[in-house]
Amino acid sequence: MRAPPEPAVVIQDLSRSFGPVKAVDRVTLSVAQREVFGLIGPDGAGKTTLLRMLAGILNPSGGRATVAGADVHAQPELLRRQIGYMPQSFSLYRDLTVRENLHFFAEIYQVPGGEMASRTERLLAFSRLGPFERSLAEHLSGGMRQKLALACTLIHEPRLLLLDEPTTGVDPVSRREFWSILYDLNRQGTTVLVATPYMDEADRCTRIGFMFGGRLLSVAPPAGMKVQMQGEVLEIVAEPRRRALAVARGLEVVRTGSIFGDTLHLTVPDAASAEPQVRAALERAGIPVRSLRVAPASLEDVFIALMGQAAR
Amino acid sequence: MALGALSTSGEAAVVARGLTKRFGDLVAVDGIDLDIRRGEVFGFLGPNGAGKTTTIRMLCGIMDATAGEARVLGFDVRSQREPLKARIGYMSQRASLYADLTVVEQLDFYARVYGLDARTRQEKVGGWIESSGLAGRERDMVATLSGGWRQRLALGCAIMHHPDLLLLDEPTSGVDPLSRRQFWDLIYRFADEGTTVMVTTHYMDEAEHCDRLAFIYGGRIVAEGAPEEIKRAHLPGDLLAVTAPEWMRALEASRALPYVRDAALYGTTLHLLVADAETAVPALARDLAAAGVRVDSIAPIVPTLEDIFVTLTGDIPGGGPDG
Ligand SMILES: Nc1ncnc2c1ncn2[C@@H]1O[C@H](COP(=O)(O)OP(=O)(O)OP(=O)(O)O)[C@@H](O)[C@H]1O
Ligand SMILES: [Mg+2]
Repeated sequence: MRAPPEPAVVIQDLSRSFGPVKAVDRVTLSVAQREVFGLIGPDGAGKTTLLRMLAGILNPSGGRATVAGADVHAQPELLRRQIGYMPQSFSLYRDLTVRENLHFFAEIYQVPGGEMASRTERLLAFSRLGPFERSLAEHLSGGMRQKLALACTLIHEPRLLLLDEPTTGVDPVSRREFWSILYDLNRQGTTVLVATPYMDEADRCTRIGFMFGGRLLSVAPPAGMKVQMQGEVLEIVAEPRRRALAVARGLEVVRTGSIFGDTLHLTVPDAASAEPQVRAALERAGIPVRSLRVAPASLEDVFIALMGQAAR
Repeated sequence: MALGALSTSGEAAVVARGLTKRFGDLVAVDGIDLDIRRGEVFGFLGPNGAGKTTTIRMLCGIMDATAGEARVLGFDVRSQREPLKARIGYMSQRASLYADLTVVEQLDFYARVYGLDARTRQEKVGGWIESSGLAGRERDMVATLSGGWRQRLALGCAIMHHPDLLLLDEPTSGVDPLSRRQFWDLIYRFADEGTTVMVTTHYMDEAEHCDRLAFIYGGRIVAEGAPEEIKRAHLPGDLLAVTAPEWMRALEASRALPYVRDAALYGTTLHLLVADAETAVPALARDLAAAGVRVDSIAPIVPTLEDIFVTLTGDIPGGGPDG
């Protein structure tokens, strides 16, 4: 029998404090080769600090981690050659054009000359930056700049990608195209560790880790995360939506309520007993209920619920 | 159309006619007309580089239009900048906060910029800290705030002078799901108090919350109306949702089918655009099975705004400004 391949990322009790603040608090995690692992959690949970340590940019205050075979603390040079890291604010060269930026990053990472042309074209296509290849980076819109940063990170097709909210400000169509590029790389063997505020992106990961207050509170595939949610989700169509929400939130049985696209989502401990109460309250308030059903929890519902559970 | 006649109506918060911005050869905003009513939450959508930020900057009087005109709250954006600035609140895409101030200092700074007296300042700053959930972080340095908190602070800075119109450029980008909802609760509160809100976003679920929307693409408005109206008017076909355990394979197989006009992933569900749902459902079941793809369900669905966004901006027959 062959030994299983080494995990791509092994994290053991990794911590980082800033003064009294424990930004990352004893995180232990192992990510297998070819996983697409999503990190979610509220703003300030420690996702960025964790990724910066894994990229070898920030020293841990405790614990250890090996990324793509390199120790993050002892072998930063080796580490950097193996990975592509996209920080939250990526530094493009503002006085270089789109194409020049891509070439610049390709050169630093020694992309073979024969590969350059095809990779550049592909990345210009996904980012829709082709018509702007001669524009200076500083004249791009916010989302265009973000897409250029992504393209610069992907150009050397690293074995492991560490991405910190890579699609912030990116429009829905480009966001999808970006994910299809990620999948292609993944199929060719790239492991991905990505922090994201988009729950639809987290839903496409092989596993998700939920961070809160520096701790990694739970790790599971998306379907497993949904099972962990305590309570059920009632989905309601009622107009006016905002007034319906206010009425629902006023009820004791409703733990959280929010607008979800063109419906309302309420989390309740038990749908069967909550349903008549919610319906009655809305009708008393003169709000006609067009439909009311028990909905499968979306990852977004789970996120909200986990936040509530973690804070308690 | 002449603006003079419209400006007397008093009902409109924003009226723009033929508003245009060129950067050299590039036409960033290409002769757009906009009408935003007072008290409305107006969503401004479009792909990266479509011209959203450029438009908003012209409406704030920060950037000169190359051609066309605009009246905002009755003021001409070219000739009446000063009174206009006193009545609007602008939150830019990359809100520039002063990293070395504390939360309270930052808010107080803006309150002074708008010339509020000491008592009003104290009231306003305290009030915002209370209502926006920033309590407990008053003394935190701005540099250490994470995304959601920064955005709430930035919004606070934009509303210190109680503006009649809020222009918010991607206020929730990079903000976690819970903070995003709380941020929208704040937006609604202003709307309920009568403030007009113009907001850009790449989150289509947020766009559903707006009273009316405009889609801009390549500098031109390609769709406008209430979310429901836009959905009815702009989807060239029927929409099917397909769930399959191996969704990437299902996506590829669907794309290869001639009657599938477009196939896209929402989370792990496929949305397929077809001419006619009734004939496509059995055909899909047959063809995907033949391709060896296991399918859990195929069902017609009501389009979301994200489907419309793809249609309006993608290269789908019937979509886009030239389609
Ligand atoms: N100062 C400038 N010089 C040259 N071109 C510019 C300048 N500012 C903006 N542009 C161009 O104008 C177009 C519109 O940009 P704008 O920032 O308005 O887009 P946007 O819709 O806000 O995009 P995003 O969703 O990415 O924020 C883009 O092609 C951009 O490159
Ligand atoms: Mg913009």
